[in-house]
Amino acid sequence: MSIRAEHEIHQRRKGRNIGVGLMLAAFVVLILALTFVKITGGDFEMPRIEEGQ
Amino acid sequence: MTDISYQSQPQEVEASLGDYFALLKPRVMQLVVFTAVVGLLAAPVQVHPVIAVASILFVAIGAGASGALNMWWDADIDGVMRRTSKRPIPAGKVTPDEAKVFGFALSGMSVMMLALSANLLAAALLAFTIFFYVVIYSMWLKRLTPQNIVIGGAAGAFPPVIGWVIATGSMSLEPWLMFALIFMWTPPHFWALALFMKSDYDDAGVPMLTVTHGRKSTRKHILAYTIPLVVLAVGTAFTSIGGPVYLVVALVLNALFLKGAYDIWRRDEAQAEADDYKVEKSVFRLSLWYLFLHFGAILVEALLPAAWGIWA
Repeated sequence: MSIRAEHEIHQRRKGRNIGVGLMLAAFVVLILALTFVKITGGDFEMPRIEEGQ
Repeated sequence: MTDISYQSQPQEVEASLGDYFALLKPRVMQLVVFTAVVGLLAAPVQVHPVIAVASILFVAIGAGASGALNMWWDADIDGVMRRTSKRPIPAGKVTPDEAKVFGFALSGMSVMMLALSANLLAAALLAFTIFFYVVIYSMWLKRLTPQNIVIGGAAGAFPPVIGWVIATGSMSLEPWLMFALIFMWTPPHFWALALFMKSDYDDAGVPMLTVTHGRKSTRKHILAYTIPLVVLAVGTAFTSIGGPVYLVVALVLNALFLKGAYDIWRRDEAQAEADDYKVEKSVFRLSLWYLFLHFGAILVEALLPAAWGIWA
């Protein structure tokens, strides 16, 4: 027998979970965009290796 | 703090996403975002749009986090005051512990992310703002002194400074003028509200000036704070963030605000009760436009070409 969500609370939780999921996805996209801008911008430099090392 | 009564109440309704959003005080957040954006755009340094949007978002989240921590701490008095009784904790939708964890988590996240997206100084300022609002204002001064609004107003005055520092990475005089504008505006704004929302603060036992020093003294204080505010607001027109547009806006708004403060000072309680605090309510409404339009004018000056004769 399958378990069915019969209570209104399940709808509410589903809505909340989808909301949290979308926010996390948006956060990931934001971090990605920030990383891209920081790396391609002028204020990011790869550490230089001293000669002879 | 006596929020134990709320913890013992059963949660009748499970919190929705909107209830958590309400913990962030979205209306206060609007003001924070707006003034921080003005601070950022008024600064003489261009910021990449992605960095600007991300940084302002983290400032907004930090401000919201401090709102959640304020609601956690003030749950007992929020339940007593009509204006705040429907907030998520007194309404039984979110427990105080949930609000506390939510607030602390978002505070830490927002400060760390601002350090990464902008700079350490901006992040340190955001951390200090959260500390000031939660610890200095909410936990310490709000229930201790009638000067709570005056000193606590500093917390709301930091966002344009943070916005400026996001862009420049350093301090200068101009962001502190914006800070001073909000700082000096806060007392007359809240005291006008306290005059016509009297029973709320009385019932909650918050030592508002109206409760501790009386309503006549509050009326005097409103005028006394408005006079230096007017000097500051008009004087800002002659600095690098001001200009002719700002000057016109400031002259009109400050004339109206000074007239309103004078009218409040001249009235007594009998007159105010007779017309249901008409003047006090209109000054409160004007105060909202006052701040919005001053910062709007600073924004206009920042976006206009920099060729304004004596202001250039």
